[in-house]
Amino acid sequence: MCSLCGVLGGDEHWTDAAARPGVFTRNHASFDRRRERVERVRAANEMLSGFGLVLSDWQGASFVLSTRTGRSEIIEDLGHLWPAAERLVGRPCDPLDVAFIARMEARHVD
Amino acid sequence: MSIEVGGFLPVNLLTGFLGSGKTTLLKRILADAAFADTAVLINEFGEIGLDHDLVESVEGEMVLLRSGCVCCTVRDDLATALEELYSRRERGLLPPFRRVIIESTGLADPFPVLSTIKADPVLRHHFCAGNVITTVDAVNGLRQLDTYIESNRQAAVADRLIVTKTDLEADRSEEDLQARLRVLNPDAPILIAADPDLDLSSLVAAQSNVSTSSLSQSGFYCEEPVQLVSSDGTPHQAAISSISLIIDRSVDWTAFGLWLTMLLNRHGERVLRVKGILNLSGEERPVAIHGVQHLVHTPVHMDGWPSEDRNSRLVFILDGLDGALLKRSFEAFTLAQAPAVSYPIAAAR
Repeated sequence: MCSLCGVLGGDEHWTDAAARPGVFTRNHASFDRRRERVERVRAANEMLSGFGLVLSDWQGASFVLSTRTGRSEIIEDLGHLWPAAERLVGRPCDPLDVAFIARMEARHVD
Repeated sequence: MSIEVGGFLPVNLLTGFLGSGKTTLLKRILADAAFADTAVLINEFGEIGLDHDLVESVEGEMVLLRSGCVCCTVRDDLATALEELYSRRERGLLPPFRRVIIESTGLADPFPVLSTIKADPVLRHHFCAGNVITTVDAVNGLRQLDTYIESNRQAAVADRLIVTKTDLEADRSEEDLQARLRVLNPDAPILIAADPDLDLSSLVAAQSNVSTSSLSQSGFYCEEPVQLVSSDGTPHQAAISSISLIIDRSVDWTAFGLWLTMLLNRHGERVLRVKGILNLSGEERPVAIHGVQHLVHTPVHMDGWPSEDRNSRLVFILDGLDGALLKRSFEAFTLAQAPAVSYPIAAAR
């Protein structure tokens, strides 16, 4: 994904289409929008931790996905998250991987 | 200052197995006045025998038909063909058509057409995905579904199923075929080509989105599990199956989005369809989800629940994926985001 496109906004991803505050508020209610982005980052990092990746907000416009060694990619939305994650870790990010599922289940038990 | 934004032009895809009657159906569409404001892209003019209908040759591979349709052959690049159609429309060189129909080849996977529209930086601002119309032959359809995975995939991704050649088939196989199609694609209306009351315009009418289909009697949301069987009653050899998830609590939209994008990124080609209605945390109204392989349509915010049932319901039509594992994955990933300790899921099977 071109980082310039990310900065300019690009095309909306389907995951943006929720009616709750902060999602459809491109030009106002910046607080809600920030809160929504923080929630997305938090939720994504729960899944990404299993791959040694960290997602962070970048200027409220894009996200930065980074490895522990500092390799990073700028992504625009969740639609670009997983292809970028697979490029960075060099292996599939598979939600049907039994070991991965078990890790996610174990986290919840805690 | 207000800027008037024009509507997107829906691109409908006509698909179906080899010899299933696509061309015959297309001939009817091209001759129907209801489709006068339609641009049709077909593979070969020759196959469809347009000569007697041809009124005016616009240029090169485009013609205007007596019905008012614009007809054009699909060349190597679908995106280029669509861009040229739109460019000519804007310049007044073609009538201002309101929709496009693309006839695919008999073995084509519908997904590349849909993804072309979505991914192309020009097209996505002018076109949107319309209906996938799949023809199924009443004479050979059951055998094709038993034998060819492509036939199953075409039926599974359809928004409209149209059964052809029923006038040639007098025994029970038509009923069996419809039963099979209903299992394979519980939501798509099944239309009969030979039905004298068939309203062709219903083929391209607004998307058979879950917002309306959830109200239908067809049981789209699959309260009952789906078991594919062959025409002889044995379990189907094809790997296509469907699974229904019923979740009796609200779903976190962010967690769901992360999980589904992850699933489709890795297995999109094998998730032939995902449809459902979600009870989202913090929202009164349900949201309907509708996806075909890698492509998820913009979620629809429904006006209200179709019944007293407030459970979230998701149906996946899978090609070779383990439905039980998918169910477990859904639970685990959603659980990870949910604040509560219990998260009962009652999947149909």
